[in-house]
This record gives sequence, structure tokens and C-alpha cells, in this order.
Amino acid sequence: MPKRTDISSILIIGSGPIVIGQACEFDYSGTQACRVLKDEGYRVVLANSNPATIMTDPDFADATYIEPLTADVLERIIERERPDALLPTLGGQTALNLSMELAESGVLAKYGVEMIGANAEAIATAEDRERFKVAMIEIGLDVPPSGTAHNMVEARAIIERIGLPVVIRPAYILGGKGTGIASDSEEFERMAAIGLDASPISEILVESSIAGWKEFELEVMRDHADNCVIICSIENVDPMGVHTGDSITVAPIQTLTDVEYQIMRDAAFACIRRVGVETGGSNVQFAVEPGTGRMVVIEMNPRVSRSSALASKATGFPIAKIAARLAVGYTLDEIPNDITAIRSATGEIVRSTPASFEPTIDYVVVKIPRWAFEKFSGTTGILGTQMQSVGEAMAIGRTFTEALQKALRSLEHGRSGLNADRAEITWDQMPDAAVLVECGRATPDRIFAVESALRRGLGMEAVYDSSRIDPWFLDQMLRISEARLDLAGRTMESMDRRSWRDVKRLGFGDSQLGYLWGENELAVRAARLAAGVEVTYKTVDTCSAEFEAETPYHYGTYEDTTEVGSSSRDKVIILGSGPNRIGQGIEFDYCCVHACFSLAEAGFETIMVNCNPETVSTDYDTSDRLYFEPLTLEGVLNVIDAEQHSAAQGGGRLLGVIVSLGGQTPLKLAGDIPIDLVLGTSAESIDLAEDRDRWNALCDQL
Amino acid sequence: MSVVSPGLLVLADGEEFEGDLFGALPADAAVGEVVFNTVMSGYQEVISDPSYAGQIITFTSTQIGNYGVTPADDESDRTHCRGIIIRELSRTHSNWRATGDLNSFLVEHGVAGLAGIDTRRLTRHLRDRGAMPGAFGPDAAVVRSVAAQATTTDGIDLVATVTGTHRTVSSTNPEAQRRIVAIDCGIKTTIVRHLAGLGTVEMVPASMSADDVLALQPDGVFLSNGPGDTAAVGYVVETVRNLLGRVPIFGICMGHQMLGQALGASTFKLPFGHHGGNHPVRDLVTDKVEITSQNHNYCVDLEGVADVAVTHINLNDGTLEGFESTAHPAFGIQYHPEAGPGPHDSQYLFDRFANLMDAH
Repeated sequence: MPKRTDISSILIIGSGPIVIGQACEFDYSGTQACRVLKDEGYRVVLANSNPATIMTDPDFADATYIEPLTADVLERIIERERPDALLPTLGGQTALNLSMELAESGVLAKYGVEMIGANAEAIATAEDRERFKVAMIEIGLDVPPSGTAHNMVEARAIIERIGLPVVIRPAYILGGKGTGIASDSEEFERMAAIGLDASPISEILVESSIAGWKEFELEVMRDHADNCVIICSIENVDPMGVHTGDSITVAPIQTLTDVEYQIMRDAAFACIRRVGVETGGSNVQFAVEPGTGRMVVIEMNPRVSRSSALASKATGFPIAKIAARLAVGYTLDEIPNDITAIRSATGEIVRSTPASFEPTIDYVVVKIPRWAFEKFSGTTGILGTQMQSVGEAMAIGRTFTEALQKALRSLEHGRSGLNADRAEITWDQMPDAAVLVECGRATPDRIFAVESALRRGLGMEAVYDSSRIDPWFLDQMLRISEARLDLAGRTMESMDRRSWRDVKRLGFGDSQLGYLWGENELAVRAARLAAGVEVTYKTVDTCSAEFEAETPYHYGTYEDTTEVGSSSRDKVIILGSGPNRIGQGIEFDYCCVHACFSLAEAGFETIMVNCNPETVSTDYDTSDRLYFEPLTLEGVLNVIDAEQHSAAQGGGRLLGVIVSLGGQTPLKLAGDIPIDLVLGTSAESIDLAEDRDRWNALCDQL
Repeated sequence: MSVVSPGLLVLADGEEFEGDLFGALPADAAVGEVVFNTVMSGYQEVISDPSYAGQIITFTSTQIGNYGVTPADDESDRTHCRGIIIRELSRTHSNWRATGDLNSFLVEHGVAGLAGIDTRRLTRHLRDRGAMPGAFGPDAAVVRSVAAQATTTDGIDLVATVTGTHRTVSSTNPEAQRRIVAIDCGIKTTIVRHLAGLGTVEMVPASMSADDVLALQPDGVFLSNGPGDTAAVGYVVETVRNLLGRVPIFGICMGHQMLGQALGASTFKLPFGHHGGNHPVRDLVTDKVEITSQNHNYCVDLEGVADVAVTHINLNDGTLEGFESTAHPAFGIQYHPEAGPGPHDSQYLFDRFANLMDAH
């Protein structure tokens, strides 16, 4: 069925200011939606209070309201703009809750505004935890035993029935606010009260705890003809008990047989159908008991979420863009898959496969959250069911080990990978018993304790008993430990081509190798290149190379051949700003994206380097070529080499690298980039302004 | 974990890939037609699928062996492929269902493996040039010479190497009293399981004549999947021709192609082939899109064939995925509605077969 012609204007609600649990992924999804709906000829009305977003740029909507996101303000916007429809599913929990408020207060009915994508009934079924569980039981899916309480008396009655430990989950909340695990009655009293307070409708679900089970997520899309597909399967390295937004996650799922996976896939479809999300993306979370395979449904988000942004970047399937098209009436098979589209010289699609398929990937993706506990005094640094991370980094490698180590250095938290750097001493100095305790404490640094424990030979079993991290992941980390012990026992000179390739395939960075050998990172790089081991770039193509794809979306790995192409236009590399953190957020992505747009307009080929999956800059169609790579010296030098290599082979000249738009991240790298390649302010001038002593001296002098 | 030893893969066109051998080490070289599959889970089902007889399977998914193996997931009681090629073999496995590890499974079944190669480079090469013979083993000189002489499976009757003897599988559904004769050209266990849900299954050798099949008094005849080129199994096509109109028929994959040929259709080789668990197919009867499991290089061409209707098409390339005869109770499906591995979206087709049997 083609797009709907009975509606002509659509209101999109953004997600407002960046808060923990809701960051720039909704700028990414909202921007995609605005672009697509405008392209389709609809009048787009946008309401968002956050001006540091791409979507609030004047070009992206026909009418943009930078106003507080409250039901009153939205009602006035609706009264004035009279949109035919409201798309509630692309602006996070904020937009979803506001849309529900507008539906319940009768505003939507009063002005004849239709909710598209998900209706109020579906949202209520997914968001009201008791209704959701009843619905799941009704369709034959297993859920953890639980009960709903609106006050402490009701809460205590549930404990009588199901016992402790329990998870407390308030209804209608964001990022797991007010949720927690209670193991004794004292904890229970405290947490239940907090939970009741956190829920806008004073309702909590008290659920039997399944902490320690394996956790999985499926990203589902559905169209109004009831075609359903899975875009991405995700496995959490951290077991149940840590919010998925605070967990290290991996795509695709690594430890399920096809038999189990297909059962989970069927369950996800049954779930989205029962809840009644008519079109668009949803995220369904499952837990699996490791010893028996018992699978339970945990929850479902009836909207685009941070996991959707991750799934989009992990597979190349643009979930928000497709969700927007589905909301206005298209079916999945009517929408071409951009990635496999082969275009003519004039840009028309000559041939492509449809979006009604399931991406298959020939690489492994790892996402690691970034926290900022040092900025918040009084926080414990212990992760739980409430999300506390402020950002995340994603990395792509051909294997888990490679992606894991790349992701760890993408975080820019001073780590070069899974230990093998200066900071590892914190863990290595700890007695065995203490390090095992650390393996069991869900903290941002737990993974480093796990590696230290494995490396000193405390055994898989002991580390598993403490951490409940699946033995498959533990063994992967043990392989890194073993390789590192082997490397420490040899010299850089003894490395042959094969050994260099083996360690690079395990994800070791040159800086880690330099640390182990007491060598400078650049000396390691030189020795490696002299041995003939250089990075190759593969392509994210949604289909594991089954079809041709021209999409220039690359990741670095160590294989035989590279797939980077080039045009004859002169080109510019733009360094992005990496994971969000306090003090460096969405505003720098805004700058980088605008640099891309302006340079493209001026006729240059634009090349983006970034590792933050939530951003507009890491969309495959923002730049001419995207390298999803860590913003480290090695990562950036590799990209420069690749681009100079393609220039030498007849491609356009590499004019230089823009380091001044991505915040501190690229500025820190400026000094090590060949001086003639730094565009704009020189590394010397940057240092003069950034180095406090030099700056003060300059001020005195002036 | 086995000790790794270097190995070399050489394709018939001379392209070479370096890796490490695992599984059952080949004495000189493992040789076969090199193909790829893009499923992200289900390596055991693929390796034990008789349709891969004579082939070396490349997995595009990079981490293989993670969840071990379990007899419950075997698609056949022995393996028929000539080898597997992967990026990385897991040295440990973790899953409650596992009874062993993949490497031991391969050793036990005599299947050679090659790990550590740039499987994406290999897949792109096969995609662009088509599946071709190749060989891998420890000795470069031997492998090069074997690869240079390796031939395709065109015209070779591989069905004869995988078909079984006559055996009966009881109905698993007490309500279902149908009798189904399954002509075994290398039938997958998952298909047998689905058929047994519809009635008692008489699995018969591919060489059984139409008269002998009818003597079993079937309510329906099932034509199975199988390896290689249908051109080499003209005797089964002949059997199908003799069964048409006398009993309801359902064919899957090779069975679909044999049914097409029995009705007068030809087959042609696809430019890329279909090898994965994620292909969209439209059921023209309901207009629904289903995600399907696929493994075929040839496609039926219905051009000029009378009394047939297209029922399913592939949305990626528009090729035929299913048809029915309008003159006889018979239909064929090119992909794998049984899954194993793959999505369950198409299992309704077994119900269609049941309805067809009940109506005739």
C-alpha cells in the first residue's frame, strides 16, 4: 500500500534536554523522521526544547517550536498548527508520556489528531507492567512471578507470596528510574517506597529476581500489513541485574542455538502483535536461565530506543527512517534498502533489495556505556536496574575480542583496551580474594577485574561464580590474557607477520603493545607496518556480502583485502567527538554534522570518523564515507593512511583533517597528526589556548 | 582444543587463502564446490544438511562453535559436506543444550575445517564469480594441483550418495492418520519431523518407481530437498511425472525443481544463488511477506508451461520461489519452510499440504 494521503501534516515531539537515560539517540531518530516525512511531502511540525539538536535546525521541519515540552504547550501548538497526526514513538519516553497525556486529556480527540505508529492502547499495554505481564501470559509466554502494588501494604502482600529477592519496577518511567533489587526486608521497604514515589501513577511491579540469568534483546519492526522482521539480536555480557543501557552488549547473539533463537524470535513477534504496536520499531527483552534454557519476557519498549540507535548502527538498517515511513502507511516490502541500492550516475536507484528482510552481519559489534561517577559525589559506582551511564561507544570488529578491545579504547576513559596499559596496576595489585569480589560487583571497571583474575589463573569457574558472565565471554577474555602473557615474554623484534596479525586480530592496540614492550606507540606502529601488517577496512552492508553494496560505511580490521573506494573530488576528514560525557555532548556532533553538510555543498568529499552510535554523524548518509572507529591516534592515523593511499591511486587529494569541531577528543590528537594535514587552527595554537600554564604565560605577556 | 596447523585454500580459478586447519585433518586435500551461507546461527544444522553433499561450506558469520553441538539439532545421521571454512572457531562452548564441541563433532564425522581466513574476501569472490570448485589442505603444492583438477558437481548424481533405505516414521500426532510417502533425495530431519506431525511417513529411496510408491497407498507424496544438479536425477523426475494427478504432491527445494521439470519447466542458474536465512518472499495467496531460509543456485523457469500458477516470489530479485499446478493437486516451494536453521514464518505450508491431502 502506498503512503497515506488522508493526512497532510504530522507533529513530531522531540525528547527535550539530554538527561541520563535519554540522550542524542533521539536527535538521531527525530532527525531521520523529519527528513523522511518532509521528503514524502508531509508538512512536519516539530516540538523540542533542546536547541543543541540537528532536528531543531530550521531546515528539518516546516515549523519548529523550541518550547518547553509540557502538555499545555503542546496543546497550544496543536491548536495553532492543527496537525492531522502525531508520531509519538521517535522522541523517547518523554514524547511517549506526553502523547499519552494528550490522548488521555482528550486534546487529541478535540483537535482530531490521530496517533500514528503506536496508539494509546498499545502504549498502555507495553508501559503498564501489570497489563503487559497479563498480556504475555495470555499469549503463552513465560514471565517471572510478580504482583502489582499501589502502596506498601499491597507491596508487602506480594512478598508474602513470591518471596525475596525481588526487582521493583515502577510503571511509566525512563531509564529504569526508581527500580532496584531488594534482597532483604529492610531493603525491600526502602526500595518499594522509592519505586512508588518514582512512578507518576504510584504503581510498582514487584517481580521475582532473576539476577544472574542471561539477558537478550531483539529489535523488531512491524508494518500495518503485519509483516514482522528482526533487525538485530543483542546479547548482554553483563547478566540480568544491570540495566541494559548500563550493560556491555554484543550483536549478534553469540551463545544461543538456532532452535532457541527462533523460539525467541517467534516470541518477540507474538509480543509486538499482542501489545498492538501497529507500525515501527520495538525492543523486546528476554532473560534465559543458563542451566535450563527457560526463557522469560522481561519488557518491551513500544518505541524507538537507544537500543534501536545501536541496532541501526550495528547493522546499517536505518530503523528510525523506516519507522517513519511505516507510520505513514508504507509496508516494509515497498521501501528499498538504501544500503544495497545500486544507483545510476544521476542518483536513481537502479536495483535494490527491499527493507522487508533481516540484516545478517559478518562481524561482531560491542557497545560499552560510559559513566561519569567521578562527577557525582555521593554515588556508589555500583550499577543496577537503574540506568546511570551518560553515553556509550560502539566498536566493530570481525571477532568479539577485536570489537571488545576497540570499544574499550573508544570510551576515551584513559584505557587502551582490556588492560595491558598503565591503569591495570589497580587490579593487578589486589589480592586474589579481593579481585574475585570485584568480579562480582557490577561496576564500570568490573571487566578489568575479570581480566586480571583470569590472567592470574584464578580459573573460569571462580570468575563465573562471582560474575555470572557467560563462560563463552570469559573464555574470549582469557584468550586476550593468554596472548598478552605471551607477548610480554617476547620482544618487538621477534614478531613476524603472522604474530603481528594474530595480536591485531585479538584487538590489541599499538599503544598496548608499546606498554608491554616498553616502546613508544609510534615505534610499534612503524615496526608493524614494516612487517607488512596494516589495517584493512571492511564494509557494513546488511547482508554479509551476499549482494553488492556501495554504501561507504567502514570498520577497520586485520584481513587480506580492503574495500575503501574514493571519488575524484578533493576530500576532508572530520574527527567526531566520541562518546557523550558530561561537558562534551550533542553540541559537538551538531558542529561536525554541519561541517559535513557545508563541505559537501562546496563540492568536497567528506569523511567522518566517530564511534558514538547515538549520533547523526554516524549515520551512513551524513558523510560521503564513514569510518566507525575509535578516536585514538592509531585509529585516526590508519584512516589518514587509507585515504592517502586511495589518493595515490587516482582518487581525490586528501586536503586535511578538521580537529576543531569535535570538542576535546580530536583536539587531543591534533599534535600527533602531520602538521600540514591539520586544517584550521594549528596544533601549536590549540596547545597555547588549552595548556593552562602556557595560556597564563601568554596572558601575562599580553 | 586441537593443535592448529597451517592450511591453504585454493579455488579453481587460482585464488588463494591462508588459514589454520581444524576438524578432521585431510590426508591430502578436502575438495568440493565452495559455497557460502549467511545464517548467523545454526551451523550444526547446515553442516549436517545432506543438500551440501559434495560442497565446502563457507560461513560468513565470524564466530562459529560458540554453543557447541547437540544430537537434537542434526539434520541427518551423518554429514555429507566436504569441509567447512570459517573466520574463527570457538575453543570453548557454552549452552545448556550442548553435549559436545564442534571440533570433536567434525573429527567424528570426518569433516575438515579451515579457520582464520578472510571469509568476507572469499564470499565476495564467490558472489562475483559464482560458486566454484576448490580444495584446502596442509600442503600448498598438493592443494594447488588438486584445485586445478577439481570439477563441478554438474551432471553428477549426488542424490544416490545420500538417499536412504525404506523406513517408517510414526505419526507424532495421534489425530493425524494420514500416510505420506517421502521420496528421500537427502531429506532433512526437520522436514521429517514436520511431516510426522501430519501423519505416518514412509521414507523411500529416491530410485523407487511410481508404481511402488502408489502401492504404499499414500494420501500424499513429498519430494525432498537434496544435493547437486536436478539434471542428474532424471529418474526421480520420471517418477514424479508418473505420480502427477494420481496423488497430492508437495516438493521442497530440489523436490520443487523436480516437480517443475515433471510439469515441463526448465531450470536455470541464478547469478548469485540464495544462501541464507533472511530472504523475503511474498506469498501471492495472502500477500504476506515471510522471511525464509534459502539454499539454492538453480531456479525453475515456468515460461511456456501450461496449467501452473506462481504462488511465491523472492522480493530481493523477483525470482520464482513457489508454484502450484492448476491441473493436479501439486505444489512446490523453492526455499525451506521447515527452517532448521531459520525462521518459522513459512511453516503454514505444511498445513497447506495437509489440506491438499484431505481435499483429495
